[in-house]
Amino acid sequence: MNYQWDWGVLLREPYAGWLISGIGWTLLVSAGSWVVALAAGLLIGVARGLPNRLIRLAARCYVELFRNVPPLAQLFLWYFVFPEIVPKAVGLWIKRDMPEPELVTAVVAIGLFGGARVAEQVRAGIDAVGRHLLPAALATGLRPVQAYRLVLLPVGLRAIVGPLTSEFLVIFKMSSISLTIGVMDLTAESRHIENYTFHGFEAFAVATAVYLVLGLLISAAMSALDRRLRPAAIPT
Amino acid sequence: MILLEDVHKSYGRTPVLRGCSTNIDAGEVVVVCGPSGSGKSTLIKCINGLEPFDRGRIFVGGTSVGDRATDLPALRARVGMVFQHFELYPHMTALENVSLAQIHVRRRRRAEADRRSEELLVRVGLADKLRSRPAELSGGQQQRVSIARALAMDPEAMLFDEPTSALDPEMVTEVLEVMQALAQDGMTMMVTHEMGFAQRVADRVLFMDHGEILEDTDKAHFFAAPVTERARQFLSKVLRH
Amino acid sequence: MDPFDWGVIARSMDFLAAGMALSALLVVVATLGGVVGGAGLAALRRSPRRFLSAPAAGYVGVMRSVPLVLVLFWFYFLVPLAIGRPIGALTSALVAFVLFEAAFYCEIIRAGIANVRRGQSQAAAATGLRPWQALRLVILPQALRAMVPVLLNQIIIVFQDTSLVYVVALRDFMTSASVIASRDGRPIEMYTLVAVVYFAICFVGSYALQRRRKLNYR
Repeated sequence: MNYQWDWGVLLREPYAGWLISGIGWTLLVSAGSWVVALAAGLLIGVARGLPNRLIRLAARCYVELFRNVPPLAQLFLWYFVFPEIVPKAVGLWIKRDMPEPELVTAVVAIGLFGGARVAEQVRAGIDAVGRHLLPAALATGLRPVQAYRLVLLPVGLRAIVGPLTSEFLVIFKMSSISLTIGVMDLTAESRHIENYTFHGFEAFAVATAVYLVLGLLISAAMSALDRRLRPAAIPT
Repeated sequence: MILLEDVHKSYGRTPVLRGCSTNIDAGEVVVVCGPSGSGKSTLIKCINGLEPFDRGRIFVGGTSVGDRATDLPALRARVGMVFQHFELYPHMTALENVSLAQIHVRRRRRAEADRRSEELLVRVGLADKLRSRPAELSGGQQQRVSIARALAMDPEAMLFDEPTSALDPEMVTEVLEVMQALAQDGMTMMVTHEMGFAQRVADRVLFMDHGEILEDTDKAHFFAAPVTERARQFLSKVLRH
Repeated sequence: MDPFDWGVIARSMDFLAAGMALSALLVVVATLGGVVGGAGLAALRRSPRRFLSAPAAGYVGVMRSVPLVLVLFWFYFLVPLAIGRPIGALTSALVAFVLFEAAFYCEIIRAGIANVRRGQSQAAAATGLRPWQALRLVILPQALRAMVPVLLNQIIIVFQDTSLVYVVALRDFMTSASVIASRDGRPIEMYTLVAVVYFAICFVGSYALQRRRKLNYR
């Protein structure tokens, strides 16, 4: 194999700067998507358990839709199709005046995709808790809404911190698809460096290492959170 | 036949067995009782090497269980075990369950093994359930199949770990009857937990608490006047109903 | 703004079909290779010898922590270098997918085996069966039965994953559609088609799996 190694290239400018910038964008996209996913997931997950049939159906449709279309296709739909099918003024604003259109689009697309997955975890968590605690809560005279708000949700959400960790990691990795619409995330920058310096091994290795470390940090943080909340969750 | 000498075992830092010693002769029926967590199940699983132990020695029919040179699978083929949760193989019929080890360990031909299995299943009262799968059998029936499965290996001794604890009350009798018949035929048996069985059939009773064997006497003496206070407390709680 | 031109789909049918064929190829190879590789990895991970189990665990850990896009870039760069001559995107992508999915299949297989009741291996051992006999006759049959739905579900996930070959310009269904979208200036029609087709296939696939699962639990 005819390959010249040069790990130092990554410490030289502008490449080092590119890497740092890439990490920043990856974290930005991930964090934004996570917020959207959590919000959407909570809403939809709870909606899937409500008594109203129409709401349950709508929530089910959301989940099926966003889970059966590949995230890349969803991204392209939001980026290329959505601005064209909304009222002209809105479309124009999106394309011209909205700040950071690529970032926002990526966050919306990846976030809603993640939201469907989070919704399933939320529903599973509430169901698992509800089976035991709902009859008990209702038996003490609490109305369903109260039982939901005071017992099922708090306990159910604490119980799923663990599974939610893996969803967050999925979203974190999925942030890399944003490079297809121009977000220069860590993966994009590592390829950028490879294109310019031909030291692909070093560039990709560093990117791999960063994803590993960040992933471990995220898992550790969620683990710590899970441990703090655990006593309040029931063993399932 | 079964000899335990000063057996110690810990899970990490928690001691589970503290210096257990006893001896079971051929044909003896011994019941090990005690509060939950006393180490009864662990002790019985050390005898056929399913659980390793840290110190002490265990001999089964002259073979040392703890010795690294011992061929454990061969030893286990000589000792039958019946589990609390039956543990029948769900993907096989009752007949296949009983024949499996005969074919793959004793190297019998399938026809011969199936004949022997049928014999045993008839003996435990399940002549019409040969082709049934465990999911189609009641708990009591499953446990009887599992006894047949253990007997299929022509063991020198049988170990029973809480054999009726997982059964609904109305099915306990059918299993105990099979065990009683075995005892009357002269099988060497070690059984955990079964107080009723102990009163009726056992020769000796061992009482365990916190990993130690506190009592080791013949049945009559144990039930009439146990020596230790803890045994007395246990008996009074257990025999109330 | 131009009115919609849905005829573009009909006109590009051959091109799209070729793309779908490539997607299918990717799925089949990734699944078969992934299952075989995953089984091997699972076996290594269960080995008591640490020099076998540790690297396998490390490999699985890395593959599951890194974006598929990066893995595709890795092998697009690495495979020609390793072989010594330029190689098409297809070969690199196939290698990348097999090695990537193997890590996931490994975990599915390990979970399947671990989920067999512990008492089953004890019961098998108690009748004198040796460890590999117990594995072959008692544990694996039960594990496989449990694994099959998860394995089949993973195929649907792999199918969605294959759309990412876009980043190495490999002309699968997704990339073919995007080529036409930019060439003919018809992003709305093409990306809508993409979404509908993927949805139809994945939804029907998952639904069929769920029904099969329900039927099995008579």
